[in-house]
Amino acid sequence: MPIALVDCNNFYVSCERVFNPKLDGKPVVVLSNNDGCAVARSNEVKALGVKMGEPWFKMEKLAKQHGIIALSSNYTLYGDMSARVMNILSEFSDQQEVYSVDECFLGLDGFASEYLVEHGQKIRRAVRKQTGIPVCVGIADTKTLSKLANHCAKKGFAGSDGVCDFGLLSEAQLSKLFSSLPVGEIWGVGRQIGSKLAVMGIETVEGLRRADSEYIRQQFSVVVERTVKELNGIPCIELEEAGTPRQQIMVSRSFGLPVTTIEDLSESVAYFSTTAATKLRKDGSVASSLCVFVRTNPFKEKEAQYQRSVVVPLSRPSADTAKIVSAALAGLKQVFRPGFRYKKSGVLLMGLQPRDSVQPDLFDEPGDRARDEARMRVMDQINKKMGKGSVTIAAVGVGQRWAMRREMKSPGYTSEWDELPVAR
Amino acid sequence: MNTIAPFPVIKPSVGLPPVLLPLFGNQVPAGFPSPADDYLERRLSLDEHLVPNKNSTFLVRARGNSMVGAGIFDGDLMVVDKALNAQSGDIVVAVVDGEFTVKYLGLLNGVICLKPANPRFQTIQFTEGQELEIWGVVTSTIKQFRR
Repeated sequence: MPIALVDCNNFYVSCERVFNPKLDGKPVVVLSNNDGCAVARSNEVKALGVKMGEPWFKMEKLAKQHGIIALSSNYTLYGDMSARVMNILSEFSDQQEVYSVDECFLGLDGFASEYLVEHGQKIRRAVRKQTGIPVCVGIADTKTLSKLANHCAKKGFAGSDGVCDFGLLSEAQLSKLFSSLPVGEIWGVGRQIGSKLAVMGIETVEGLRRADSEYIRQQFSVVVERTVKELNGIPCIELEEAGTPRQQIMVSRSFGLPVTTIEDLSESVAYFSTTAATKLRKDGSVASSLCVFVRTNPFKEKEAQYQRSVVVPLSRPSADTAKIVSAALAGLKQVFRPGFRYKKSGVLLMGLQPRDSVQPDLFDEPGDRARDEARMRVMDQINKKMGKGSVTIAAVGVGQRWAMRREMKSPGYTSEWDELPVAR
Repeated sequence: MNTIAPFPVIKPSVGLPPVLLPLFGNQVPAGFPSPADDYLERRLSLDEHLVPNKNSTFLVRARGNSMVGAGIFDGDLMVVDKALNAQSGDIVVAVVDGEFTVKYLGLLNGVICLKPANPRFQTIQFTEGQELEIWGVVTSTIKQFRR
């Protein structure tokens, strides 16, 4: 079955450009949390040699010179645009695996091979027209190859107009193309595997494709062996379709400033627990336990380092913000040690199950559960209507000195009544 | 005649603390069903009415007076669908010099132009080579008189 990988071009930058056309044609970077490093680059910025993950302070000089526009990440906007794109893409196939915020695999069963490129173009046009987001489409017989085809479409190495179907290339053409691509471009071949492969003399995609899969398994693992098979057109990695409910919910952030007191840490942990509990209720699930963790900044090598996590079981599965927050705070008390400069904390909800599958506990206070659920429903409704955090529990605090730095964030174009785009 | 078996009576033990057991509060409906039940239909949804294409619809705030003749006033909320193909006579949101503008899409001497709905504003014309980007088509506006 042919598989398409649809990937949004410079997704975060493209989202910003939809609502701010002034950014068109200008060098634009989107920075990670706390305005740390580049997480998305426009083509103009790529051309200036700015690498993915490059810290902002390192490119500030270049930025001044070339007028690079830096934006803080606006994840609410990207999430909204991603949902729209994925919805549109779901109309093009019954089999969709949303692989990340900006890419998804589509199974193209039943399409005659000569129409695949046309279908790919249709996909591109639909997404572009309806959302303004440009995408590229790679088509091949395996997931690994379709990722590679997408890369070729994007860079213009093969295919045309942003769509590349490896099925249309002859063996000789493929061989030539793959000989020009470094092995590191392959999905799943990271730096470590890449440098070991280089030592073995395998430096291109073609090199790995021609390698003996048995030998590769002995040298690496079945995972890399599967990659070799996939490069040869033998599907080994199945499409994972949606519908499998989340097993865990993780909410964590790095702090804008180092945090030293348990009061500030408690606020952050309460805040993350609140966000996680809201997600949990949205899924219609309850959690059985949670894990709280804190850590210092491993990049500040001169500072004393500490990291610790603890699992706290809930007395019974729950999605109640108050219960989850108090369990998380109890956990935090266990892991907190004074005298460290904390950089990050987080909460992981585990043992998730559908709310309706939970057996009523014989020893619950009568009406407890119904009352808790009703209270949470009211809280969610108010927050939906009046904005996130309108009603929360006091432990979250009001100062939030630890909050992320996002000084150059664009408006909530699709999420805030007061920040909608304006037309004159 | 019914006979009652002579069960031995067990006396509660004395001195143990009481255990509270839940009383299930669910009500069992036993009344006459509402005659309206068979006629229940969905409530009308403004969302569905105003936003047939959820994926491609965005809200844009109108600013200024260039479209008052079309009933679009400063501060009105415009529902904009990017998926629609703009036709002459549509009210569109277009990009001019990097800014959004809302105007009628029109023709002037056979050339596409953007027409305001206010005589105090000028029609925006395009010379050859200049590109007009239509961002979306305004399908409705929402005015609120009181909240």
